[in-house]
Amino acid sequence: MPPFVNVDGVEKNSYDAIVIGSGISGGWAAKELCEKGLKTLVLERGRNVEHLKDYPTMLKEPWDFPHRGQMTKKFMDENPLITKAAGFGDDTCHFFIKDNDHPYVQEKPFDWIRGYQVGGKSLIWGRACQRWSDYEFSAPARLGYGLDWPIRYADVAPWYSHVEKFIGVCGNKDGIESMPDGEFLPPFDLNCVEKHLQKKIRERFHDRFVVQGRWAQLTEPNDIHLQQGRGRCQRRNLCMRGCPYGGYFSSVSSTLPWAQKTGNLTIRPFSVVHSIIYDEQKGKATGVRVIDSETKEATEFFARVIFVNASSLNSTLVLLNSTSNRFPNGLGNDSGLLGKHVGFHLYRGSAGGTVEGFDDQYYYGKNPSEAILANFRNLKKQDTDFVGGYTTFLGGYRPRGEQGDAEIGVAMKKKMSEPGTWHAYMYMQGETIMKETNSVRLSADKKDQWGIPLLVTSVGYDDNDEKMIKDFLTQSQAMLEAAGFKNISTNDNHQAPGLDIHEMGGARMGKDPNKSLLNQWNQVHHCKNVFVTDGACMTSTGNQSPSILYMALTARACDHAVKEMKKNNL
Amino acid sequence: MNRREAIAATAKLLGGSIIGAQLFLEGCVQKKESASFAPDDLELLNEIGETIIPQTPDSPGAKAAKISEFIQTMVTDCYSAEEQATFFSGLQLVREKAEQKFDKDFMSLAPEQKHALLVDIDKEASQGEKPHYFQMMKQLTVLGYFSSQPGATEALRYVPIPGRYDGCIPYLQGQKAWA
Repeated sequence: MPPFVNVDGVEKNSYDAIVIGSGISGGWAAKELCEKGLKTLVLERGRNVEHLKDYPTMLKEPWDFPHRGQMTKKFMDENPLITKAAGFGDDTCHFFIKDNDHPYVQEKPFDWIRGYQVGGKSLIWGRACQRWSDYEFSAPARLGYGLDWPIRYADVAPWYSHVEKFIGVCGNKDGIESMPDGEFLPPFDLNCVEKHLQKKIRERFHDRFVVQGRWAQLTEPNDIHLQQGRGRCQRRNLCMRGCPYGGYFSSVSSTLPWAQKTGNLTIRPFSVVHSIIYDEQKGKATGVRVIDSETKEATEFFARVIFVNASSLNSTLVLLNSTSNRFPNGLGNDSGLLGKHVGFHLYRGSAGGTVEGFDDQYYYGKNPSEAILANFRNLKKQDTDFVGGYTTFLGGYRPRGEQGDAEIGVAMKKKMSEPGTWHAYMYMQGETIMKETNSVRLSADKKDQWGIPLLVTSVGYDDNDEKMIKDFLTQSQAMLEAAGFKNISTNDNHQAPGLDIHEMGGARMGKDPNKSLLNQWNQVHHCKNVFVTDGACMTSTGNQSPSILYMALTARACDHAVKEMKKNNL
Repeated sequence: MNRREAIAATAKLLGGSIIGAQLFLEGCVQKKESASFAPDDLELLNEIGETIIPQTPDSPGAKAAKISEFIQTMVTDCYSAEEQATFFSGLQLVREKAEQKFDKDFMSLAPEQKHALLVDIDKEASQGEKPHYFQMMKQLTVLGYFSSQPGATEALRYVPIPGRYDGCIPYLQGQKAWA
């Protein structure tokens, strides 16, 4: 460990609150804490990214990219991991890490996708924003496959609303039990094939609902969005480059500049957090140790409350590396469960096919969202040979005519200049069971360039996963058949866990400190002024896209933290 | 001077690295001295490209999209040494097949002759072992053309800022696809 020096003295390095990480949940912590009047320091390990200024590709035309979206052989060879990530390409690569800069140890294959910059992965997220239902919160305990959440839907519902109104989520109020409605902006249309699927699937399977995407896009911005300097989504579907209109939500376009306006925010890029400082006399955390990513200089910063929002596995890593006499195995880790019960989402299954009868229909503009088939498995009781459910994303599209074999010249050119056959795709987002055996820990001997132990991942699939994938493949085929599709194919891509970019857990919430790390307010049970409100806190994975839940839990925890500070409890 | 040093020295003479030098190091010697493109390779690629996607009354062909430059970039930057070798041997094979079939240099063939020759080769590619060099040429031509400015804006309809999304609009026969 390098010597930690307070170059500027304790006073100068002191804040009311420190937020570790500036991604989707860190940005929310910054906004909420700053709005509540706390002088807040946001520590970000990566470089600074400012809205508009640091979106180098946002207005580029397809032909401006010399490789038209592909990466060079050299880059591919040097980055076999990150080039696999969804959304990674020539136009977005600046928002992803490079493999060699950030090694980790895979005990079992695990693709750990990271974006280290101000804004984190909120710049390149998928933007799906479904709410969890109460069935999801209660399922692990009710169906006996996991620890009970210390909270229920009713605890989070007002915070979902709080977040949805601010970030802007489009969608339709469909009144579906498994996916509660939210505060929605107008939804994107379904196209003719999506409407067809919606109707045919409902006819054949009465409990299966295809609905319009619930996505963090400003289909029609409200005043609160305009006040953020964000405008209407222009239907380009180039979100991950960074949007010149602020049409989708990211920390960079929304929460961080909002926090900045209060005058209470300090963002410190290039700040790798080494560990949290625990004061044995005070019985609480007093600050964090930071290493400058460029100069490797070590500094300490101090605050009354600390929010850990470094992304699921990095937050877990920071806690594991925060050792003291009181906590020799990591901050708050009396239960020995820190780093355990890591989960992810099953993305292995997909299906597709072609459909006839819609050749006289087309669409205009590019829909940045996808239709959603709400979970229909194991909702109220276990009705399959596996536990957990899956949400399905789907879409109809009409690609250009396909080039045939042995076909060149005028005929091929014409075919490829016009729309061809209608297709549809479906893919699953399935719950996985959080198990003690799926875990991460610190390497005993390997360290990164900042002297921090490397993370070792030991996360794999299980029998429940295999059964769920099989069910999805069977059901998706049946649904496409029911809708009259042809050339149906189903596929299990056997990708490694992690590539879903929905890794969760490591410091789960729970009522019992012997079985969990965090309480119902995301406070570390044994160190109450430390809050973990990103994916690390998850008690189960559910089957909804998780980001909006992290945001809602963060806002809720900030509210609690400030109330507790006012009562002098923190 | 061993072989590795010799290559390094040659690379210096040429002001940098020899693209595809790995081929030599690994002992995969081919007729072509390196994976770099000669001017007549680029001319040939433009003609091959234009035969795959010719100019038509409504839109320019692959040549107008500077297809040879695009293919050069892609083969150089994105292909493995093995793929490059397949590609370059293909350029030579196209030349040889032109001589065999028409007793003429490819460049001096009439457009119909070029078309007939490449249709033959395309058939061979679709039946033969993959990756076939002509599959590469066709893929790169199609990718490069439709993502180029003339291809996207004239052979397709390119709307950089749609402003709205209409899920269902009528499609009239003959209308171009969105880029």
